Amino acid sequence: METSHPQPPADHVIEVAGLHRRYGPADPAGFDAVRGVDLTVRRGELFALLGTNGAGKTSTMELIEGLAAPTGGQVRVLGHDPYRERGALRPRIGIMLQEGGFPGDLTVAETGRAWAGITSGARPGDGGRTLDEALALVGLTGRRGVRVKQLSGGERRRLDLAVALLGRPEVLFLDEPSTGLDPEARAATWRLVRDLRAQGTTVLLTTHYLEEAEELADRLAIMHRGRIVTTGTVAEVIAGRPSRISFELPERELEFADLTLPPLAGAEVRAEGRRITVQTPRLQDTLTELLGWAARHRLALGGLDARSASLEEAFLAIAAGAEEQSPEPPAVPARRNPLRKLIGSAR
Amino acid sequence: MTTAAPAAPVRPATAAPTTTPAGRILALGRAEATLLLRNRSALFIAVALPLLMIGALRGVLDQQAEKLAGLDLDAALVNGVVGFVLMFVVYYNLTSAYVARRNELVLKRLRTGEAGDLEILAGTAVPAVALGLLMCALVAVGGAVMMHLPGPANPLLIVAGLALALVLLIALAALSSSFTKTVESAGITTLPLMLVTQFGSGLLVPLEAMSDRVADLCRLLPATPAFELIRLGWFGTDGSAPATGFAGTWAEAAPHLAVGTLWTAVAVWTTLRVFRWEPRR
Repeated sequence: METSHPQPPADHVIEVAGLHRRYGPADPAGFDAVRGVDLTVRRGELFALLGTNGAGKTSTMELIEGLAAPTGGQVRVLGHDPYRERGALRPRIGIMLQEGGFPGDLTVAETGRAWAGITSGARPGDGGRTLDEALALVGLTGRRGVRVKQLSGGERRRLDLAVALLGRPEVLFLDEPSTGLDPEARAATWRLVRDLRAQGTTVLLTTHYLEEAEELADRLAIMHRGRIVTTGTVAEVIAGRPSRISFELPERELEFADLTLPPLAGAEVRAEGRRITVQTPRLQDTLTELLGWAARHRLALGGLDARSASLEEAFLAIAAGAEEQSPEPPAVPARRNPLRKLIGSAR
Repeated sequence: MTTAAPAAPVRPATAAPTTTPAGRILALGRAEATLLLRNRSALFIAVALPLLMIGALRGVLDQQAEKLAGLDLDAALVNGVVGFVLMFVVYYNLTSAYVARRNELVLKRLRTGEAGDLEILAGTAVPAVALGLLMCALVAVGGAVMMHLPGPANPLLIVAGLALALVLLIALAALSSSFTKTVESAGITTLPLMLVTQFGSGLLVPLEAMSDRVADLCRLLPATPAFELIRLGWFGTDGSAPATGFAGTWAEAAPHLAVGTLWTAVAVWTTLRVFRWEPRR
């Protein structure tokens, strides 16, 4: 969709440079959650911030949303300093925090009515998205009379999203919008976010579902330990990442101890027992070599799996690599193993 | 979930905000009032407790009247009840409300919206202020009818005293809530100010029943000036001099107005710097 936006900065909706956030004192008791983040989100773009738990995604989001002042660096959203010029910025943006923030004893309708009363464009005739429209978008129309504390976790997430959509903001900040949703609700949320983007809404979202970033994001950044480790389109991020082949040698292989793999140019081979993993920049060539070798020796390769570089591969490599480099424990204890979650959610 | 195609993709960037500060405060106040009506224990403390205090207060004041001739019992009683109402309904109740909203991350979520910090604090205070004023009005009407009290000598001073008391107690409730982890522990964190005010600001012990030096010290306590202004406005005296009329009360009111304004300014200033918008992690 080609629309002209005359007001400056014409193209960059979010600009972040050298962002730092430190919790606590300036001695070892303190903790740097964000350590020099730069990113730019263009108008109409959907930008995903990925990372393990404790990587600094939410800390970064809060600075961009203007909920806290950065320890160092600069943030501009629609040309405003989001912390100092909160009042000017708020009518134009919608924010969904990682955790709700609605009183449990109010109903969905009462919560929405209060928020419609403090959101520009949200009342009928104001020219934006009304409460009824927002609730319809997230599928909560039938739950209007239910107290927030009686909603399921997924419904609460959707209420949070509906509130962020009130007034039809230009820029949306979504902190883990699909966490806690069942697969169907997640797919519906993805459809909705894609529609919003198609209508010209700029979206900055965080997620630890790689699939979500692959599905939705125009561009993404992967954070680890307070820094952006890699950024670009999905294609750019996985470019240069090796493909992977893995298989299991058959039992009888032990009898032929002299049997060795053929030379695989440019590939890196690792063996764990009978399980072999090959990383290669040229998947087709290496796989051809390997299958030819297996055919010549009449070997059946168990659990054969060959896959091109994916965002998941890139992410796992980044997380593993960074963990080897920095032995210090993560500042926030992981609720559960993030990698397991990532693997579990991937196709 | 259905995705209806909206008329316009986003609101134009040039569209003016359609909310106003007063509208935002009222929208937040309405939600908060609904919550107060659904919270029985908060409602009991806010409504029943101050009224139950009337009986107890009468007894305490009767004892003191025996020791101190010339004590205006009715004035002391009305003053005490109004003070208790404001302390329980505004100060204690609002401290709990701020703690509850902070712990539910409601305050943090509200800061993502258009309401400014002061509007959020004020909006949360709307039902406490409304209920407090309503109960004060009931006490006033009840006092006038049942005790045949005279009409107010200087209504402007009553308004000034109430305004000072409300702003001061809202600020102090927000301040106290910053040191309160749970709604349950609000009973403890509000206790110092509750006790100091009950004994030092003329609610249980009228200042004229104290020695001059102690009374002068008590006049410097945070809530004393506001309560003294209300009393002065109604009865034409704060108990330290004979009653005067409308014109005479201004001179007596001046020091109370000065001290009260100073305390209120300090409380608001401190609160805005110390207030916590989300729970400690």
